[in-house]
Order: sequence, then structure tokens, then C-alpha cells
Amino acid sequence: MNLNTIAEVKRPRSFEEIEWRDGHAFLGGGTWLFSEPQVATDTLVDLERLGWPALTATPAGLEIAATCKIVELHDFKGPPEWRAVPLFDKCIDAFLMSFKIWNAATVAGNVCMSLPAGAMISLTAALEGVCTLWPQDGKPRQVPVVDFVTGVHTNVLQKGELLRSILLPAKALSKRFAMRQMSLTRHGRSAALIIATVGDGDEDFLLTISASTPRPVHLRFKKTPLAAEMCQAIDERLPPDAWFQDVHGSAPYKRHVTHYLAEQIRAELS
Amino acid sequence: MSNYEVNGCLYSAEPRPGQCLRTFLRDLDVFGVKKGCDAGDCGACTVWLDGKPFHSCLVPAFRGEGRKITTIEGLAKDGEMHPIQKAFHDAQAFQCGYCAAGMIMTTASAAFDEAHKADLPHALKGNLCRCTGYRSIVDALHGKINIEEDVAGKACGASLPNPFTDAILTGKARYTMDIAIEGLLHLKVLRSPHAHARLTRIDRTKASVVPGVIAIYTWEDVPRRLYSTALHEDHLVDPDDTYMLDNVARFVGQRIAMVIGETEAAAEAGVRALHVEYEILPTVFDPVAAMEPGAPRLHDKGEVATQNGNIFCTLQGEIGDVAKGFKEADAVHEKTYSTSRVQHVHLETHGSIAWKGEDGRWHVRTSSQGPFPVRAKLAYLMGVPAREIHVFTERVGGGFGGKQEMVSEDLPLFATMKLDGRPVKWEWTREDEFIGATTRHQMTTKVRVGAKKDGTLTALDVQVVSNTGAYGNHASETLAAAMASPFAAYRCENKKGVGHVVYTNMIPGGGFRGYGASQTTFAMECAIDELARLLGIDPFEIRRKNVVRPGDNVESIWKEPSDASFGSHGIDQCLDIVESELKKGNGVAKPAGEEWAEGTGVALAMLECGPPTEHRSGAEMQLLPDGTYHLACGSSEMGNGITTAHKQIAASIVGVRARDVGIINADTDRTPYDTGTFASTGTVVAGKAVHITAEAMRDDILAFAARHTDVEPGKCRLDNDAVVCGNKRILLTELHAAGAKVNHRFTVSRRAYLSPRTIAFNVQGVRLAVHRITGEIRVLHSVHAADIGRPINPMQCRGQLDGAVAMGYGWALIENVVHDEGHMVNPQLRNCRIPTFADTPHTDIFFADTIDTIGPLGAKSQGECGINPVAPAVSNALAAATGVRFAHLPFTPDRLYSKLAAKP
Repeated sequence: MNLNTIAEVKRPRSFEEIEWRDGHAFLGGGTWLFSEPQVATDTLVDLERLGWPALTATPAGLEIAATCKIVELHDFKGPPEWRAVPLFDKCIDAFLMSFKIWNAATVAGNVCMSLPAGAMISLTAALEGVCTLWPQDGKPRQVPVVDFVTGVHTNVLQKGELLRSILLPAKALSKRFAMRQMSLTRHGRSAALIIATVGDGDEDFLLTISASTPRPVHLRFKKTPLAAEMCQAIDERLPPDAWFQDVHGSAPYKRHVTHYLAEQIRAELS
Repeated sequence: MSNYEVNGCLYSAEPRPGQCLRTFLRDLDVFGVKKGCDAGDCGACTVWLDGKPFHSCLVPAFRGEGRKITTIEGLAKDGEMHPIQKAFHDAQAFQCGYCAAGMIMTTASAAFDEAHKADLPHALKGNLCRCTGYRSIVDALHGKINIEEDVAGKACGASLPNPFTDAILTGKARYTMDIAIEGLLHLKVLRSPHAHARLTRIDRTKASVVPGVIAIYTWEDVPRRLYSTALHEDHLVDPDDTYMLDNVARFVGQRIAMVIGETEAAAEAGVRALHVEYEILPTVFDPVAAMEPGAPRLHDKGEVATQNGNIFCTLQGEIGDVAKGFKEADAVHEKTYSTSRVQHVHLETHGSIAWKGEDGRWHVRTSSQGPFPVRAKLAYLMGVPAREIHVFTERVGGGFGGKQEMVSEDLPLFATMKLDGRPVKWEWTREDEFIGATTRHQMTTKVRVGAKKDGTLTALDVQVVSNTGAYGNHASETLAAAMASPFAAYRCENKKGVGHVVYTNMIPGGGFRGYGASQTTFAMECAIDELARLLGIDPFEIRRKNVVRPGDNVESIWKEPSDASFGSHGIDQCLDIVESELKKGNGVAKPAGEEWAEGTGVALAMLECGPPTEHRSGAEMQLLPDGTYHLACGSSEMGNGITTAHKQIAASIVGVRARDVGIINADTDRTPYDTGTFASTGTVVAGKAVHITAEAMRDDILAFAARHTDVEPGKCRLDNDAVVCGNKRILLTELHAAGAKVNHRFTVSRRAYLSPRTIAFNVQGVRLAVHRITGEIRVLHSVHAADIGRPINPMQCRGQLDGAVAMGYGWALIENVVHDEGHMVNPQLRNCRIPTFADTPHTDIFFADTIDTIGPLGAKSQGECGINPVAPAVSNALAAATGVRFAHLPFTPDRLYSKLAAKP
């Protein structure tokens, strides 16, 4: 929709050009910004001309730039030892939105939206992604995705701070994975999106709970846990009031299906 | 200035900084780019940038610079439609047509590859259609041809395409907002943030100095005349309880003030700058609580007649002796059922443009199901004669009852009258629809029903409470409908009922496909199923045994004589068809695993074709000099296919092709009076007017021809483009020329009124699987049989049923309008879902073989009632699968799971 309060679009060619003030908003794909009135915003700071390569694969892992579009991640083919790359598509398919949106929306935009059902949050949290943040003043800092999102629509970003990139470490990309999603409607918004990854020898089992909780939750086990062990760990970490209630599923339901799906995943990876 | 290439044309233009591509393109008069949501959810605005599909409402306009932009208008090459456009044509993969541009631009794009085609539920996530149930869209994508030849004399009963097909599929069709008007002003409203509050102070100081703000109007400025927003022939059936703008807000979203701006942005800024102080008043949202003594009163201003607190209307009655009937019963079922509030979500939002014409009259271009009653209400409100107001539609993008309401016409007309006739536009947003339009009435129905061992019903007692929200538009009529056909559908000597409609601080209820009967059909059809289970009788059998049939009194809880009458009776056929189809099966197996439970359910619905209150329609027909015909009829076409049907009715009477009959509709200047297209009247009232008008046309031509040729009238007959008089065959063009010489005009007009009303039936069968742990429901087999008489256009009738059944599934399984203290929690389509392609099961649709003796050319109503049996059939199938009765809509997994047993 038209953002009628916007008076100016700044299109910087470097981060240093940006002089941040209240009323500014970073424009990535624009797919969220343009979906709701933004009456507190008067200036869009377009990231497109910063010219960052979308995806950079190195032995350390895969770096996803702030401006990487969903479709670029979708088209990415990693080396065979990165066994978790097929999870990209599974998470992309878990979006409520259509494939047309992939052409515009960015991975980082979804993470910065910080909604519980943000499928790129689920993906990058499960693959132990680390965000590089560029504050307006000061040195870049690193924050794991799982800590980046602090609640419904809230995150650790300071005023004017930019999520520059997300690094998915090669080690996490090399793990086996399983994923389950539940929605109240077919291909609808996730009520629960549960992912687990595990390394060779059933080591380093990492359960990532998302959508059913306000922010992503990691439960890490040295070895693939037994059902009861995992169930207990979920309950200990997430008491009944820790679940996310919204129109896409009641909190008790989300707790219920999280347990159910997590067990399916555990069994699949066992 | 920047350069933009749109459909091969270069434009030098500069978008505003925050402008999206959708409106930028429309500013260039590229009106094929539609707005359904303006938020990326519906896909109606899909365009290509360098060949890739985008939701243009989410694309910053400046990003289109230097790229090749293609819209629906640019898809055809050298006048030849794109193969997908042709496919949509041949399958008639649209009804109102509003979603078609987006559907086509999505499915015709190179990105829509084989993988997408193989997985349509996933690939069409980003395209919503509210009319078709997506079935015809699948047909198009599979290359299916659903249309038949238009053959002279054989128009009735043929599956002819919508006459506006090419315009719709190429983006040339003009919907309400698809027009560029010089000097257009924009209207935006401030909506109440409170569920109940009195305005104590309005400070316009800041708002009036916002650049571009032209005027601000509040309750202090507009005529203080009470009226109802509901549209009916007889305005007395709806309560006059509403002011154009009021000093009391009774629901969150009620319009408080309007701001007129040079631009939408200015009007919006004016709305934000308007300072209003409120005295917060106590609220009540629950209708039962609202009936209690001491509950906050909604309408206490002394002008609105509410003799009984918040109870706006009570309907009650008894036939026979219900107490005695229950004594005679061997089994009695009693339970309370409730249905949810849902929104129409016609893809084209409400919107109107008003201006003063060169003729000195007031013109209102609008999106309405009833331009004539709108004109009457506008004349009353503004205090001007109706003849000075012209209300018309061009293409209307869906209605479903939501546009049987005057909610967008009055403010722009008032404003243009104040502003020297300058054109004023009010285009609603999707959020406006959710918080400021109407919804289906939430109703709670307690049913007590008794039967003998053999299944014979002995007594029926129902209590209905309807929550009409803050205003009573449609409330008494929907309650009357709720108390009528669902209970009249069954023979039972003893029936009793009481229903209350109650004011609360919720968003007002309104007319919605099914109109009150949907709500109590849900209760009644679940109850009949429970009774069958108690008695160990098959659910089909108990219905066959008790359903009303010719010779019975067609009566609910009142003894008064009714004008409902059986022009035909096809319910037995419908029950047989659904039963045998379900038994035969469709080969879709239950998902593997014992966590999936499977069950089958059936429900029926009866429809008295047309409202019990007044409804009338006129038509005019003319033979033109070129030998073709012109037909004028006041009905609104909003995707219901009524203009196609009217052309077919007329063409079949005068023996030509449907395309030889031109049509104009829904225009108070250019067509005769019509009450409106609602209450299942398009075929049986307006269609009847067309029928008798065409007969008069035929008779007029033959009488003139007989005089002209001196052949006795009995030996004259129409033969396509000619009249055969004895041995002579005279072309209509020649006859017309001959008539012109003696001032014979070949023009006729007839009027139709609705009585008696014939009776139609619908039966829905569902086989489904439900996951005992997650509560997920998968519809495995969906069968619908309709007793709608002779289908004037079988393809369209099927399409209407496809859409109605899909809407029924949406109501039963998906749609969930959530309010918190009167505030809608989810006023966006991504949060308040309507069925997507993936959510909509395919339904096998069958027609009973009946030809009605009352309806025109043997036809009955078909667009409305198909929704009614769906939700109870789902509940009945769920009960069969799980042993649990789910009595409260909707059946979303999170509302089911905790009641399901984890193991069989």
C-alpha cells in the first residue's frame, strides 16, 4: 500500500552515508513495510544500492547478506557435505506468503520482523546462524539468531543498527536435520515449526522450537535424547505460560503440537 | 522525471516517495492492476517486473524504474490473447472477475513452472478468489473447456460464457474505482477507537490546516436523520437507528468524522490530526448479558424504539402443542449450537464516487447490490428528490450480501453537495471492511427435538439469540429467516420457537449469503443427526422420512398462511444422489495410520426462493435497427452471472443467440426499477421480469409483423433474425425499418413481483478424516446436490454452488474473526483467513432433475443456499468419525484437539 507519510527515499551507496534519525526505516524487500501503514516513518533508507553479494559460501559457512532475497536462498545449491541445505526450501515453503513474495522479500527482513512464525528465523536459528550487526556508532557485533529475536516483533537491534548478514556455520550446515510444521490451515501461518539437527554419531542434537513460542528456543543435547528426556526438557524450559497465543493457534494447542512434532522429529533422527 | 516502461509504452513520471507500484500504475490509467487487500495477501495486483511476478502493492514504485513492467493489459500480443487468458476464457475461470488479472499474471508467468503446476495448492497461496471455490481455475490450468456454443433459440440451458469475459480477462473491464476523474477529491474517515463513547469535543484546528485538507465534517454538519444502512424494498422492515455521523460511537470502527483532501495522503493526515475527546460509556458484548436488567443500553436516545432494553426484536410462535409432542417422543435431543461471525471479503472493497454532472444532477458510481434502494435512502438523507440522484454500478467485484448495505455512498455524496459538486471518492481499505462494514450475525441456537422410534418427529422447540452488534440493519429479517426455512424443512405437527435479536457493542451484523438461515440450519441439521443416532436410524433415512413435501403445510412456528409453494420438489433426488455418491466413493483413501479417524456426514437445507417481504423488478426490451435486441434490467451483476442468465432468458424467448441481446443493468437512469440483487431473487424476480418482457417483445414484433404482412397472427413466428409470416420471411432489420416509418418503436416493458415463492433444496455430503492428535481435518470427498429447477446456465449454476460450498467450508473450518472487547484482533487477510486454493476441497456437484412450475423457464434460485448445509455436514462427519459433537463454529484444529481421543 502507499506509505503516505514517507517524504523521502534515501538510496545510499555505502553504510557510512547513512545519518540515522527517528523516522528512518531500512528498506529491504519492502514486503512488510508496504503491507501496513507506517505512520511513524517519514524516510526510507534503501539498502539495494549497497551492493552486497547475496550469498557467500566459504569453508566457514554461508554468509547471507542483509539484501539476499528469499528466491536467491531458494536457488542456492551448496556443496554435498552441507546436508542441511534442503532445509532452506522446507522453511521457505513454510512461509504463509507465496512464491511471488520470494522475489522481493529478504531473509534478513524476515528475521528483523521478529515474528514468532518467521520461517527464516526458524531456519537460521536451527542452523545456528550468527548475525553481524552494524550499529550506527561503534564496532560491528555478533549475536546468535536465537538471541537476536527477543519477543513478538522485538529484537536486539538498536536505533539505526543494521542486520548486515547472517553466517550459517559450516558445522551446522553439515548436520542431518528433520523438520515439521503445523498450521491451522493448509500452507497457512505456522502454529509450530520445529526443527532438529544432529551431527554424526548422534552427537550434538539441537532442537529448535519456533512459531509456538514468542521467540525461538534451542534445546541442546549431547546425544539424541530419549523421548521422555526430550519431553521433560521441553517442559522444564517452557512452562505453560511460555507459549505464544494468537489467532494462528491457542497457546495450549501450540504446546501440544510442539511436543507431538518434536517427538516425530526425534524418532526420525534416531 | 524517471522513465518507466509499462506494457511496452514509455512513461516519464515520478512516483511519490512512499508510493507503491500498484497505485503508481493506476495513476497511469493502468486499471487492470486491482486492489483486494493492498497488503500482499490476495494477489489481485500481481504484475511482472522483467518477467517475474510481484505483488505490486508491496513493491516501492521507484523500483520499477528502468524495468519492463507488464500488467494484464500487456499480456495479449497483437490482439491475440495469451494462452492462459484463453484458458481462463474457455473454462470461465472467474465469476466477479476481480481476482482474474492477478490469477492470470501469476499463472502465466515463466516462474510458474512445471513444479508449480504440479503443486497448485502451494503455488496459488498468494492468490485469493472468493467466488469460484477455485474449481474453474483448476479447470483453466488443466485446459478444460466449460463453455458451449451460443446457438440461436437454444440459449436457455446452455453453458454460455459471461458476456464481459474478454474485457475482464484483458484488464479492460472497469470496476468501481477503475476510472480517472479530473479534480477528484478523496474522502477518509476517522473511525471510533472505542466500543462505546460519547463525543464530548471535536477540535478541527490542527486537521484543518493540514496541507491539502479541503473540508472536515462531523455529526454537527450532516443531516440528523435516522435511517438503516440495510437495503430492502420496504425500508420499514429495518430499524431506523443509525445516523450518517453520530455523537455516540457504539462499536469500534464506527465512522466518526470525514476528512476531504486533495489527495488520499492529505485526507489521511487530516484524520490523524483531528482531535476528538470522548466520554467512555459502559460496554456489553455478549447478547445474553445485554438482555439482563441493568446492562448498558445501546440506544437510549429516545428516538430509536427499543421497548425492551437491548432486545431489538423478538419473534415467537407455536403450532400444535409442543408439550404434548415431547410426551409422545421416544427420544429427545437437546443441545445448544453456536455459529461464528465472519466477513464477506468480496475482493473488491466498498467504494463510491459522487459528483455533480453537467445535467445538474448528482451521480454516484458505486459498488452495490441495490442501486435503487440506495438512491431512495440517499434522497431521504440529503433531502433532495430521488430523480435528482443517479446511482449506478459498472463492474462489481463480489457482494455476498455485504453490498446489500448503504455504507459507502452517503458520505461522498454529502461532501460533493457541500463542495460545489466536485467529485469525491471514498475507496475502502481491507481494514475498513473488517472493522467498518458488517459481518454475518453471530447466533446461538438451542434446539430440542423429539421423535418416535420410527424416526417421526413429534416436537421441535428452538431458542435463538442473535447478536446484531451496535445497529439493527438486517437483524429482524435475518432472525425471521433463521426462524423459518430450517425448521419449515421438516414435517412436524408441534413446533415452537422464540428468537431475540440483541444490540451489543460489537460490529453490526448484516446480510450474508444464507441470511440467518445458515446459522440455524447448522443447529437443526446437527440436531437431526443426533436424533438419528439416538434412534439408531440412518441420517439419510430420518431426513427422507421427515422432510417436507407437496401436500404438507410449509410452515415453521407460525400458522399464518405462507406464499411459499412447491413449484417442484427434488429433495428426494438430492438425498439419493449424495447417498449413492458417498457410497460409491471417489477413491481418495483416509491417510494411513490409526491417528486418523474417518467419518461421513450429511445435511440438507431448504430455501424459499425469495424473501417473504416485498421485492420487485422491471425490465425493458427493444428491437434495434440492426435486428438485435437491447435489454435493460436493474439487477446488479457482482459475479453471480445474472446478466448472462438474463440475456439467455430473453434470447431463448425471442429465438436468437444470447449475444444478440445487449444488456445494461443496475443503473437508476438507464434501467427500470429493481429492488436489488439479494435474497435469491436474481433469477426468480428479475429473471421473471426479463422473461415476461421478452414475451411481450416477441408478441409486439409478431403483432406488428402480422399487421404489416396482413397474415393472421397465429401464422407468424420469430425465426432468429427474421419473422416468418405465412410463406414470407422478413428480416428483423426490414421489419424495424417498416416500423420506423409508422412510428412503431418495438419497445416493451414489464414488471415482476415475487409471489408465490417456490422452494429449493440443497444437500451436502462430506467424508473427512480428522487427526486425533493435531486436530487437522482433511476433506476426502465432498458431494453436493442441488434442487434448483432447470439451470438457465448449468456452468454458472455449478460455479455458484462451487463458490457457496467453498464459503461454507471456510465458515466451518477456517474463518475466524477474533474480537477482544469489541476490537478486531486480526483485521488483515493474512490473519483472518478466507479459504485459499489449498483449503478448498473439490466438490462433486449434481443437479436434481426438476423443472419448476413457478420460476421463470423452470428455474429456481441457486446462488445462496448452497452454503447452508456445509457446516452441519462437516460437524456430522466429525461426530461420525470421533463420537464427539462439535457444536460451535469454527472447527479449527486448536478448538478440536483437546476433545479428541488419542486412540480409536
